[in-house]
Amino acid sequence: MKKTIVTVVGKDKVGIIASICSFLADSSVNVCDISQTIVNGFFNMMMVVDLSLSTKSFKELCEEGQKLGESLGVVVQMQKEEIFDLMHRI
Amino acid sequence: MIDIKEVIETNKMIKEMNLDVRTITLGISLLDCMDTDLNKMKEKIYTKITTLAADLVKVGNDIEREFGVPIVNKRIEVTPISLICASTCKCVDDYVEIAKTLDEAAKKVNVNFIGGFGALVSKAMTKNEELLIKSIPFALSVTERVCSSVNVASTRCGINMDAVNLLGNVIKDLAYNTKEQDSLGCAKLVVFCNAPDDNPFMAGAFHGVTEGDCCINVGVSGPGVVKRAIDLVKGEDFETLCETVKKTAFKITRVGQLVAKEASKRLNIPFGIIDLSLAPTPAIGDSIGEIFQSMGLEVAGAPGTTCALALLNDQVKKGGIMASSSVGGLSGAFIPVSEDHAMIEAVEKGALTLEKLEAMTCVCSVGLDMVVVPGKTSSSTLSGLIADEMALGMINNKTTAVRVIPCYGKDVGEEANFGGLLGRGPVMKVNEYSCEDFVTRKGRIPPPIHSFKN
Repeated sequence: MKKTIVTVVGKDKVGIIASICSFLADSSVNVCDISQTIVNGFFNMMMVVDLSLSTKSFKELCEEGQKLGESLGVVVQMQKEEIFDLMHRI
Repeated sequence: MIDIKEVIETNKMIKEMNLDVRTITLGISLLDCMDTDLNKMKEKIYTKITTLAADLVKVGNDIEREFGVPIVNKRIEVTPISLICASTCKCVDDYVEIAKTLDEAAKKVNVNFIGGFGALVSKAMTKNEELLIKSIPFALSVTERVCSSVNVASTRCGINMDAVNLLGNVIKDLAYNTKEQDSLGCAKLVVFCNAPDDNPFMAGAFHGVTEGDCCINVGVSGPGVVKRAIDLVKGEDFETLCETVKKTAFKITRVGQLVAKEASKRLNIPFGIIDLSLAPTPAIGDSIGEIFQSMGLEVAGAPGTTCALALLNDQVKKGGIMASSSVGGLSGAFIPVSEDHAMIEAVEKGALTLEKLEAMTCVCSVGLDMVVVPGKTSSSTLSGLIADEMALGMINNKTTAVRVIPCYGKDVGEEANFGGLLGRGPVMKVNEYSCEDFVTRKGRIPPPIHSFKN
């Protein structure tokens, strides 16, 4: 199963996780893992998601996620897992 | 499981440190396009390139979006044109026609450069190869995206001084023919010693004769990432410095390997090599000159610069080589003056001279690259610069190259502006004492004694 990493970076506020999760649920995207941290005062969240049942294409999810991020005042990005896996694991 | 810190680190490299894949270059053999009829051959070349590369840009863009890493250029390299035109092109104009066909094909598939309009003449030139070289000043001034390279020397064959001499004139003519754009044409011509068959970087990319029908070569970059990593070990010993560069080069190369494999799979074209080069751009934070400063030099060109570059070049190779299944091309650190803001500043301050650059090319991955010299520089002086660089490559068993721009109508104190990735370059002072009687001797300089390895 190929996983995708969703990252959310920006100023923390109420409802970011809820909004992103409901967007993913509406697209039948399963969230496998969530972690979050604060770096230099910025909210950083990472979600590992599975797109195998997704009702939308990768491109659509990227674009809609980006728009949603803009409305929440954060940056939402989706990237396939391999880039992180390959860079940090031998 | 992937850790959030690793995700943040990777994305920081991309967003803040300019990590990118510099180029996906599709190598295409044109050997099967040979034809005695010029028009038929042009058609075969156009069809083969536009068919094989039809999806190149789309696939590049898809990969960029899915992995979130910029892929700056999508390019094509073809078999050196002199090899396929021997029985077709009878005059300079015929070669210019081929160059125009390459340009049209490049525009059709929307790649920004196509390399391979060149010849391999390290031992001697055929009549046709000479014609192709003579056509370069016209071919590169009437086309937009065609790049040219000529291999005039090798450790095995020596230096073809007739070709070196001819190219001095060719560069002068090309500078004049493109004088409206600060002699931009010369930025698209590279003169090589020991040219690799699989280099994906322009302007010297071509699809060597030892290659298969087609392949995907990828050039990675990331001087900014290396610089930031070195900043974190300020004052530490050399072992720590080397380890830091190595580890960073490994990470950068892994991204290139991923992109290369994906592109190869999606285009159904075999993967060739990863060229693990640190290639600067004019952007702040994407500079080799800044790496020298982070290592502890006040400015590029200060005593110690050659040593710092040697260290950098070697550690980049050591770190990158394990990250990819196949490494090739030029691999190392590039020092193109006009494409690196810290190098430009070093020249403007008077800290970096042409002679120091020449010394640096003994240990960098290529050679005198994107160096602007006065427009009045004579063709024999240009040939002398080329001959020196070729000798360094020949004796030291390495690739060296010259991409020099005698900017028409400009002199020391002025600058040439090429725009985009090619940047801007201050005109550098050239030693004006004559070498004419030396470079105009006919014939070839024999290869060094250590070429006899059989």
